[in-house]
Amino acid sequence: MKYRSLSICLFCLALLCAGCLAPADGSSSKPPTQEVVVFAAASLTDVFAEIGTAFTATNPQAAVTFNFAGSQQLASQLAEGAPASLFASADQRQMDAAVAAGRVDPASVALFACSRLVVVASGDRVAALSDLATPGVKLVIGADAVPVGAYALAFLDAAAADPAYGEPFRAGVLANVVSYEQSVRAVLSKVRLGEADAGIVYATDAQAVADVAVIDIPTQLNQLAYYQVAPLRDAIAPEMTREFFSFLLSSEGKGLLSAAGFSTDCASATPE
Amino acid sequence: MKSTPFFRSANSHSAQNRRPVALRPSLEIWRGMALPLLAFLLLPLAALLWRADLSQLWVHLADPVALQAIRLSLETTTISAFLIVLLGTPVAYLLARYDFPLRRVVDTLIDLPTVLPPAVAGLGLLMAFGRRGWLGAPLELLGIEIAFTAVAVVLAQLFIASPFYVRAAAGAFASIESELEQAASLDGASQWQVFRFITLPLVRMSLLSGLVMSWSRALGDFGATILFAGNFPGRTQTMPLAIYLGFEMDLDVALALSVILIASAFLVLMLVKWLLAGERE
Repeated sequence: MKYRSLSICLFCLALLCAGCLAPADGSSSKPPTQEVVVFAAASLTDVFAEIGTAFTATNPQAAVTFNFAGSQQLASQLAEGAPASLFASADQRQMDAAVAAGRVDPASVALFACSRLVVVASGDRVAALSDLATPGVKLVIGADAVPVGAYALAFLDAAAADPAYGEPFRAGVLANVVSYEQSVRAVLSKVRLGEADAGIVYATDAQAVADVAVIDIPTQLNQLAYYQVAPLRDAIAPEMTREFFSFLLSSEGKGLLSAAGFSTDCASATPE
Repeated sequence: MKSTPFFRSANSHSAQNRRPVALRPSLEIWRGMALPLLAFLLLPLAALLWRADLSQLWVHLADPVALQAIRLSLETTTISAFLIVLLGTPVAYLLARYDFPLRRVVDTLIDLPTVLPPAVAGLGLLMAFGRRGWLGAPLELLGIEIAFTAVAVVLAQLFIASPFYVRAAAGAFASIESELEQAASLDGASQWQVFRFITLPLVRMSLLSGLVMSWSRALGDFGATILFAGNFPGRTQTMPLAIYLGFEMDLDVALALSVILIASAFLVLMLVKWLLAGERE
């Protein structure tokens, strides 16, 4: 019986809390009229949220909704017909998949930012790049389908061809991989939690967190991630989508991207 | 308080409470109103079976990724099922037969994993058994590593699936007339003998059906496994994880694995209904 009265008390408390948390309606005078739905690579999570805020500040009649996930997942969703306005991919391959699915006009694709790879480490088992191949180290990278995973494998290929590292390095690193994660943010989380000793992510992801050590990958082995964006052929709110697209490529958009650690002058360089 | 397993209550009542024939004319109306939901539930399964090229099923299942996933799923769920019976039966018996402080809290806790999002379970398991978790850190000092191994897969399944068995078993234990057990014990049977020769045979089918249900739930887990055990082909990539990844890499393999899971889930549910019907007669 005493549990019953206890549970009644808890229930009342929950009701009270719900009352306090209920949004005070009526404050927003005009409902936003045009909703831009942005499908963006997981590594863009923080910077796109900022860009979205800045965009709606200059376009009060716009609302921006984001779907952040691994680019490969977004490309699959688009191929299955998910309604969206804009697709920002972390690599060419997944943008090509969206083009192949007929959702994107290849002529409308724009390169808007670049990032490079770094190794993030927690704990003291990985202090230098060569430690990645030390037996017993637990390493997480992105799955092959995930852009950051494909870039990580390309880095290992480059290292295998480099006499300073060689094939044993690649083999040793791959033997240490304990999980192929679904997005770059999942890789970062596993390292931050200390579940893995190290992971390979974008420099921009590592910059956003303080609790991991960052180990640079030499430029000659590093892989540039080319971020590409395109409005969809059947975009939701096409006019506002174009506005968002130009905002992203404007000096204000570039400023926010640079502040988050992305390079924007790679836009002149052509992806291979 | 007698707790009945929730997936049993529906069919165990329907047999006795069937409406008299006089009210049957309304059957047509009810049937019409039942149709939308039935169609909705059936449609995705039908569409999936349609899209999966059944003639190519074996080809896609022979894909190494699919084979590894099937093997890993079977191995881990078998171990999970064994652990669920071993560890779950005492809990079920305790809940069904004894009153103790905080009994209702324990009873609620047992149900919690069935309504929690599996991702929450995965995160909780990480906090407890992860390398920096409460138990994970001391275990690692002993050289036992759980994260990213098949052990993590089993733990995730155990957490998610065991309540289904415990609930079914507790319901079954509670339904036994205590006179039967008292009679046996008056005739000189020891407590263990009463349990082994009187109680257990009476609830055998209910336990088995609860086990099959919870095995099926373990087989289907995605959220807890991917968060806690990660994704590595052959080591922690179970069938649901391979389906998720296959959605992005090779849709045909994902569809083939889905067909297997649908078929096995269907067989499991039929088996449960058959076992329970058998016990009632």
